[in-house]
Amino acid sequence: MRYLPLTDADRAEMLDRIGIESVDEIFSDVPAKARLDGLLDLPLRKSEMEVERQLSALSNRNIAASQAPFFVGAGAYRRHIPASVDHLIQRSEYLTGYTPYQPEISQGTLQVLFEFQTQVALLTGMGVANASMYDGSTACAEAVLMACRITRRSKVILSGNLHPHYAECAHTLTRCTNIETRSNLARPGGLDDIINAIGEDTSAVVVQNPDVFGQAHDLTPIADAAHAKGAILIAVFTEAVSMGLMKTPGAMGADIVVGEGQSIGVGLQFGGPYVGLFACRNDRNYVRNMPGRLAGETVDADGRRSFVLTLSTREQHIRRDRATSNICTNSGLMALAWTIHMTLLGDTGLRTMAQLSHERACELANRLSSLGGVELVTDTFFNEFTLRLPGNAAEMVQALADRGVLGGVPASRLYPGKGLDDLLLVAATETNTQSDIIAYEMALKEVL
Amino acid sequence: MAMNNQGRPSAPVHTSDPGAYEETFSGSKGLDQAEPLIFERKTYGKTGVDFEVSTGTVTRLGTLVREGGLGLPGLSEPEAMRHYVRLSRKNYAIDLGLYPLGSCTMKHNPRLNEKLARLPGFADVHPLQPQSTVQGAYALIGELAHWLMTLTNMPAVAMSPKAGAHGELCGMMAIRAALDARAEHHRRRVLAPESAHGTNPATAVQCGFSCDEIPANQRGRVDMEAFKAKLGADVAAIMLTNPNTCGLFEGDIREIADLMHEAGGYFYCDGANFNAISGRVRPGDLGVDAMHFNLHKTYSTPHGGGGPGSGPTVLSEALAPYAPLPFLVREGESWRMVEDQAAAEAVNADPFGRMTAFHGNMGMFVRAMSYMLSHGADGLKQASEDAVLNANYVLARLKHVMTPSFEGLCMHEALFDDRFLKDTGVTTLDFAKAMIDEGYHPMTMYFPLVVHGAMLIEPTESESRESVDRFCDTLEALALAAKAGETERFTAAPRFAPVRRLDETKAARQPVLRWTPPAADAHAAEQPPSGG
Repeated sequence: MRYLPLTDADRAEMLDRIGIESVDEIFSDVPAKARLDGLLDLPLRKSEMEVERQLSALSNRNIAASQAPFFVGAGAYRRHIPASVDHLIQRSEYLTGYTPYQPEISQGTLQVLFEFQTQVALLTGMGVANASMYDGSTACAEAVLMACRITRRSKVILSGNLHPHYAECAHTLTRCTNIETRSNLARPGGLDDIINAIGEDTSAVVVQNPDVFGQAHDLTPIADAAHAKGAILIAVFTEAVSMGLMKTPGAMGADIVVGEGQSIGVGLQFGGPYVGLFACRNDRNYVRNMPGRLAGETVDADGRRSFVLTLSTREQHIRRDRATSNICTNSGLMALAWTIHMTLLGDTGLRTMAQLSHERACELANRLSSLGGVELVTDTFFNEFTLRLPGNAAEMVQALADRGVLGGVPASRLYPGKGLDDLLLVAATETNTQSDIIAYEMALKEVL
Repeated sequence: MAMNNQGRPSAPVHTSDPGAYEETFSGSKGLDQAEPLIFERKTYGKTGVDFEVSTGTVTRLGTLVREGGLGLPGLSEPEAMRHYVRLSRKNYAIDLGLYPLGSCTMKHNPRLNEKLARLPGFADVHPLQPQSTVQGAYALIGELAHWLMTLTNMPAVAMSPKAGAHGELCGMMAIRAALDARAEHHRRRVLAPESAHGTNPATAVQCGFSCDEIPANQRGRVDMEAFKAKLGADVAAIMLTNPNTCGLFEGDIREIADLMHEAGGYFYCDGANFNAISGRVRPGDLGVDAMHFNLHKTYSTPHGGGGPGSGPTVLSEALAPYAPLPFLVREGESWRMVEDQAAAEAVNADPFGRMTAFHGNMGMFVRAMSYMLSHGADGLKQASEDAVLNANYVLARLKHVMTPSFEGLCMHEALFDDRFLKDTGVTTLDFAKAMIDEGYHPMTMYFPLVVHGAMLIEPTESESRESVDRFCDTLEALALAAKAGETERFTAAPRFAPVRRLDETKAARQPVLRWTPPAADAHAAEQPPSGG
């Protein structure tokens, strides 16, 4: 077997050295009834060629984003990722290392994480950021727990325009705690009334910007209202590139900013692995209550600047049942991909990428909403918008797919049974060409 | 002196005292090159990505458009390549050498897996595309689920958890949901051995339970009398790693499961150490109700410097109905992803909720599937056997110079404590750091907590005999050196790493978690440009 270096001769000599007859003796503690004789009912080993053939056949049964005019968003976006990103993350020294618990031989990964944290803080307009979470939705749920630790209150208001899957994750993670999370009703094209829902006992409000329908908001009045009641504003984003063009959540008064970093460096990946971004105010109480790993700067025995995982007394491997979170593994390699892509972009490239996405989305929205019976629901947006169609959006998305256009996500897939069946979420990025946009327009005209 | 035909010396010229010039002008030392932070390179305004020309008009954002920059530096492609390649060389990696981190299963990462995970039909598809356009991707998830259920003899598996700890949450939330369905709200105590991973008690608490520790016996296993004494009407579950974190198989596991079930509780198995038994023992045959896999350990989807992981969680008949959304169901020749509560109820499921926005770490599923297909039933069994063989060989070779914590054979990892360093002035930490100078990543140290100065060595099946022998030779020599009084060799280590030991106290007491512009620069930036 190509991955197993021991030969039968090695095995025999090693058994001899150990002083046993057979490897079965090592398994002698296994209860007799649970010992397997022979092999499981699964196929036997395969060559590289055979495995590649088998999995390629499965891959070929899917329509890849690169094979069709592609406008699907709702929490994951297709963007151009420079070839150097994927090359670099496959360097053995990044790909095949463990968590940098031995800092003397992990300075590469640690410096990368320190740079990543700084980039995330700059992008969100916040004081500090951690070394990544699993994804945006789990980062959001962890932010809810963190806010309740800080305020010592237990009521959390979730905007109805927060991605429903994010809201469900927050409900799930808190369902066994004393935290009460309540979701408002969705208001496509506007924003649910969060401000009047904030009370003296509110711990935090969770608002997505741009929201799940694509509508962009000024968070400042919500931040002011939350702060007046001693509550925390958790700002969520599902498209990190939006901050390339828009005011940062930090500038609008957010206290904790979390979201999905997937569109920078990582790609669609059919849902994962992604990279959760987590930033907050640079306040001692906030930092000590953060979940996840943190890389920090220090010096070595010779006084040289170096980096190390720090403040680990928050974490499960030290604090055990009193940890801020049970998280251990994070999204290290995806954070690396993210930071490389961001370093290649810089302020200038990020702004251009965001600008192009906005232009494409505006043109697409104008074209589609000028078709008979189609209405643009969102008037202020970055790269994603919502259309009201004269019929069932899910059926039209399928009809578009049958014509080779991946046209978006029907709102009913996110809000089933909520009477939003005629709404369609459509996203555009810099990867969409003029001919993609025209192909979509023609196809939609046909299926309407 | 040998000279070549251009008059250049072609053999070393003797120098009297190389030590006089240990410092260099550049800060680099040969191939160990100094590399500043990207923020210190004054490359604002530069970019390494070219785009089509944009019109620069923003028509739909009103007053929400940001004025001014964010301060994110940009590098051209050659500069970026050099930055990240230089930094990469300051990392240890499996591809550089044996990585004996106990409990972490640092095995070889086949590159076929990387190649296949990048096929466009897996990597470039969206989780919310029409389901008719992703049937092949669903089929792969279905096939992987079939392997995981077969390997464990369990009837169901939740695929969405994103890492081991996330899988623990999944399993414990399913247990909580099952108890709630039985209206047994008083069951709030979870038992876990002292030797448990820190994630176990942290998870239990996050699920609204309290954690009660069970002591280990003299043989490093659960103390059965203590376990029995802790059973009661308020017990919800036991969380147990098997093989346990001492590298030992819990021989009483079947009895533990039976007693827990009789007491009305459930058995959560931490699958972190499944590499020892994959293909040889099925947890379903041991009475397990839930167990997470660490696909990034056992099935070699790479660790990537700290993730991503993937933690599919198998569930027993009793817990299966509570598996989280979304989940796949097979309908004839096609697959359907069940994404909401109403659709779940229609297939008689009662999910406890949702753990992540989408349906799990597909990229890791492809890699794990590629790994499993490559190995097959025979190769997976052989891999486990080689893993335990290598660990026992390490134990056999080192037990005379180091101190094994427990007598007898081990499973996939060998546990030593620091008794062999008694009175040498060398600690476990010093010993570990000396391994760095010898070209090895240290073993897991100070874990598990049940022995003093723990050193937990997991060589995995990826090591050849030659490699394991070289490793044992080195550790043997180090142990003898410590006993011979070469204390400095250890206390000053590492001397040959890119940096020496770090001041971790300073890092924690005065946390610097991001780069900030030096005060002088920040001041200068506020001043209008002056003069000429």
